Amino acid sequence: MNKKTDTPAAGKKQRSLWQEAWRRFKKNKIAMVGLVFLLILIVIAISTQVIDLATHNQFYLSHVVKQNLKDRLQPPSAAHPFGLDEFGRDMLLRMLWGVRYSLFMGTLAIVVSCIIGGVLGAISGYYGKQIDNVIMRFMDILLAIPSMLLAIAIVAAFGTSLTNVLLAIAISYIPTFARTVRASVLTVKDQEFIEAARAIGCNDATIILQYILPNAMAPIIVQGTLGIAGAILSIAGLSFLGLGIQPPTPEWGAMLSNARTYIRDAWHVTVIPGLGIMLTILALNLMGDGLRDALDPRLKN
Amino acid sequence: MHKYIIKRLLMLIPVIIGVTFIVFFILNLSPGDPAAMILGDQATAEALAMKREELGLNDPMLVRYAHYMGGLLHGDMGVSYKNSISVWGQVVDRFPNTAILAVAAILVALLIGIPTGIISAKKQYSAMDNISMVLALIGVSMPVFWLGLLMVILFALKLGWLPSQGMGVGLGPMLKSLILPAITLGTSSAAVITRMTRSSMLEVIRQDYISTARAKGVDERTVTYRHMLKNALIPIITAVGLQFSHLLGGAMLTETVFSWPGLGRLMVDSIKSKDIPMVLGCVIFLAVMFTVVNLIVDIIYAFVDPRIKSLYRRGK
Repeated sequence: MNKKTDTPAAGKKQRSLWQEAWRRFKKNKIAMVGLVFLLILIVIAISTQVIDLATHNQFYLSHVVKQNLKDRLQPPSAAHPFGLDEFGRDMLLRMLWGVRYSLFMGTLAIVVSCIIGGVLGAISGYYGKQIDNVIMRFMDILLAIPSMLLAIAIVAAFGTSLTNVLLAIAISYIPTFARTVRASVLTVKDQEFIEAARAIGCNDATIILQYILPNAMAPIIVQGTLGIAGAILSIAGLSFLGLGIQPPTPEWGAMLSNARTYIRDAWHVTVIPGLGIMLTILALNLMGDGLRDALDPRLKN
Repeated sequence: MHKYIIKRLLMLIPVIIGVTFIVFFILNLSPGDPAAMILGDQATAEALAMKREELGLNDPMLVRYAHYMGGLLHGDMGVSYKNSISVWGQVVDRFPNTAILAVAAILVALLIGIPTGIISAKKQYSAMDNISMVLALIGVSMPVFWLGLLMVILFALKLGWLPSQGMGVGLGPMLKSLILPAITLGTSSAAVITRMTRSSMLEVIRQDYISTARAKGVDERTVTYRHMLKNALIPIITAVGLQFSHLLGGAMLTETVFSWPGLGRLMVDSIKSKDIPMVLGCVIFLAVMFTVVNLIVDIIYAFVDPRIKSLYRRGK
């Protein structure tokens, strides 16, 4: 269960929990497909960012957002494999430039809520009693508001901006992480190695950070991966409603929102961005399921 | 049992107070002067001050919240900034449409999800199982608004079978216009329920009492439904209950795609016109509905599972 109590198996090379999990994960071909697809997306996201930095946004402005109305809504062709959108912009480039919004914003939102939720959950589980009660009842209330409604309320109050959308999504995922971490803390906090740590004079912060949290990493990673998928869907959904990222930014949800108007004339402007979202979510789900099986084989069905 | 229901109803009160307070608090942080929004740009400073006093904007937040909740108990959610009509009236007017859509979507999800899950579990690793698991995975990964748009392209524009926009008047046309939105909204829930039914059925399928039932000659149908499904039902009900939260979010998107006149669209339109009381009314109404639905799901547990029921009987 935890690496502190591992004993070397007879005649077998000792592996850490993570090496063991990676070995199991590698065997899962479907999960590896998800991982490879995500790595490709990360490379695309970083490359587009580097191109923007290197050309001082010139390439972005002249190829990704510049309109060319005479060729609008051209279907896919050899020159433009994904066709042209309603303003005559190359859909392939816009899709590539859109990767970073979905991927980075989804990840950032989950990292933020993971840190806040994790700290709250750790405090709640470790100290128990009154603090636990106050924090967890507050989490219950937050959990009782459907995430999309909470996001809508925040965006309605503070306006549509990238930061507000991020904030809204991050807040709505805090209770999930708080609960996950709290549950993990509760399972290990009375074990002997914690007592031992206390006996050698570690303070609470050290015990939580060095001894308890490493044991809670597995469920956090699984929740996080699946959470990013949910966050990307929410961001795309808000943008589709016109409450998230605004055009001409090539975010996939916002692209779909625009495409709706031209649904009669050109199918490709509707089909392609949605396909991008779906494949990203699919990859994250595949990887999340694979991670769960690899990190916690007991759950495997 | 009655005791349990009453206890749960009482526990609902602090949750509803908490939820409404958070929503009220967030929406009241919104920058901008409501008095100026109602009276327009030409209003004098005096008129603005009077309007502010009339709206109670000079009171502290807690006092305003208490007023709002007091009004809410009488079915008063204030008036819209945009056209001064009653927010409560609008919400009550639109809510049935969202409810119809949500119930239809849940029906679609159950009718697809449970049978598919049962077949998948009974024929684990068969071609049928593999295909439905792949479809379920695609179903949970698909953005609901994109699926809606694809439905519109295929069934409304290419084939011309079904209407793509609005809600039909009269029962027949209404049901016809409900088909595409309900399938759109129900698909991802169907996928989740399929996966849950399958894994929950697999948990019980190798239990000894199933072999016993077969050994004593109970026919396979009865084994499947009375012995397996009944015992596998609790996690499935949990999954269905959790789907309501997704449905509320999804309903907003589905209603936008199909121009369905529900609360979701009212809310999105109100945000765009910065009509804060209307947004507040919609969000609070839906959040309260959501907590009530969760309560109902919890009570259903007790009815489905005699083990839970007996726990309550013993006064727990």
